[in-house]
Amino acid sequence: MNRRYRLSRWVLAAYCVYLILPLYWLLTLALRSNADIAGVFELVPSNPTLANFAEILSNPVWYEGFLNSLSYVLLNTLISVFVALPAAYVFSRYRFLGDRQLFFWLLSNRMAPPAVFLLPFFQLYSSIGLFDTPLAVALAHCLFTVPLSVWILEGFMSGVPTEIDDMARIDGHSFWFFFTRIFLPINRSAIGVTVFFCFMFSWVELLLARTLTGSEAKPIVVVMTRTVSASGMDWGVLAAAGIFTVLPGILVVWFVRQHLVKGFALGRV
Amino acid sequence: MTWMAWTLPTAIFFAAIALALLVLIALELKRPTLTSRGWLPMATTRGDRFFISLLGAAFIHLLWLGLTPWNAFYASGLASVWLVVIMAKG
Amino acid sequence: MAAMAQNKTKDNRAWLGVLPVMLIVAFSGVIPLMTVVNYSVQDILDFNTRFFVGFEWYRETLTDPRFIDAFLRQLGFSAAVLAIEIPLGILIARGMPTQGLRASLLLVLLATPLLIPWNVVGTIWQIYARSDIGLLGVTLNQLGFSFNYTAEPLHAWLTLLAMDIWHWTSLVALLAFAGLTSVPAACYQAAELDGASKWQVFRHVELPRLKGVLVIAVLLRLMDSFMIYTEPFVLTGGGPGNTTTFLSQYLATMAVGQFDLGPAAAFSVIYFLFILLFSWLFYTSVMRSEEDS
Repeated sequence: MNRRYRLSRWVLAAYCVYLILPLYWLLTLALRSNADIAGVFELVPSNPTLANFAEILSNPVWYEGFLNSLSYVLLNTLISVFVALPAAYVFSRYRFLGDRQLFFWLLSNRMAPPAVFLLPFFQLYSSIGLFDTPLAVALAHCLFTVPLSVWILEGFMSGVPTEIDDMARIDGHSFWFFFTRIFLPINRSAIGVTVFFCFMFSWVELLLARTLTGSEAKPIVVVMTRTVSASGMDWGVLAAAGIFTVLPGILVVWFVRQHLVKGFALGRV
Repeated sequence: MTWMAWTLPTAIFFAAIALALLVLIALELKRPTLTSRGWLPMATTRGDRFFISLLGAAFIHLLWLGLTPWNAFYASGLASVWLVVIMAKG
Repeated sequence: MAAMAQNKTKDNRAWLGVLPVMLIVAFSGVIPLMTVVNYSVQDILDFNTRFFVGFEWYRETLTDPRFIDAFLRQLGFSAAVLAIEIPLGILIARGMPTQGLRASLLLVLLATPLLIPWNVVGTIWQIYARSDIGLLGVTLNQLGFSFNYTAEPLHAWLTLLAMDIWHWTSLVALLAFAGLTSVPAACYQAAELDGASKWQVFRHVELPRLKGVLVIAVLLRLMDSFMIYTEPFVLTGGGPGNTTTFLSQYLATMAVGQFDLGPAAAFSVIYFLFILLFSWLFYTSVMRSEEDS
């Protein structure tokens, strides 16, 4: 693929500009005060300020939102990866009754629109007293993060030759020893990618997180939309909050860049 | 359980599906299915045909309810025929 | 499943491994789904006062012009998204360098929009496209177009499309890139010796090897665009009027805003059936291409 097409090159270059411009604009607005944003239109901020970032770090509504989000996202990631590891292992190693059907059923849960589950989730978590707790959101997000984890992990684990299993057996290792000390370390990058995707999909989900929380466990995504609908329109702070939510992804992506595509394709590439 | 708002017809519906799954499992244990090629454009197993016929039956109902003003029982009749045909010949 | 070629042992004890997953997905998937079906055949005033109405809500939903409009809008949006993002993604992938620091940096840049929380994508485009403070909005207006996506349905649609292209074309590009790197250099050389044109090289050398990843790209984009909620919710709120209200948003308003249990449940079931159909198509085509390779 060293044969380059001039058209494709131009398209790539143009698309990069197209990608960067909105991000650049987010950054400039985050560096300006509200009066400044409303007053003048300028491409490069003439009076840059860090006040918006300071506001987020000092205002409890903002940083508690971050902490709330973080607590259900971590909980969800933990649950998903733990239950998905054994399942992905058996899917990649064994044929059993209903395996294909089960695998498909998981996929259909990953693809299901959260809106469909809105009504029963609200009733379900209210009736068992979990409404407005991080656990409710974490469990609700399992609907799509568990299938996602199983599919991604299965994709990676299928690439690990079964000879390794046989060798461990011949060496007299117990299954438990083999699984935790040999198999999981081999798949550590797969687990890393899975954690990353669980984290991400739970972090970005808005509809369920908003419906299942009230004032106690209000997540950051909801705090952000509330600021938008308030008449004040605090653009600068909103942009700064945007920067804060974008950064973790950009910092982590460098480490998973080799496996990113495989993760997005549910382990199928 | 009150929040689940069970009714007799839906309970029968889900019980029937659960029963069908149990029967399929029993059949599978006794006489494992081979993928076979019928009217459908790909090779299917018994489980695949069951899923296709159920999904098809659901869409028959939707089309019927959306396009005709008549009672849905006719659609159910049509869907049963479809179900049998796919299970047997698909 | 992946790599069918690998010899798998047949062993029903494997069920122990999937049991935890089964339990958790049954709790968060099956019970809610059965509940939705229960709601959809009843008129529920409260949980002690409810009446069985059969398929009435289904018929009402399916013949409701607002539902049909939302459905058609959704189809139009998904079709437009696919028609633009797939070819664009392939073009971008073909322009990518394969090695070196520049390739890594480009990869990270392309991946960036995919990792931004969806509501923040909406926010970014909101402050980018607004006609008072947005770079895009102000520039367009100064160029003489009277651009205002909060008032003009057409502008709202174009902004949403531009946003979705910004957000998701990278996914197609990265997938296509992964497919292109699997084309051996020898194939290009052979094609060159045969004097093949650029189009012929694409059609007969690259496209066959892209088939697998493109199937995944098309179906993922189809399904994810079919349940789009967060970005339009933040950017346009479904407006102006109802012109950018897609299925998920319409359903969310019914379910949470108006709390119409019966009709919203019937809507949910219909919506889910379509997703089930798409998922099944996805599953069969992915598994088939894995068995082929």
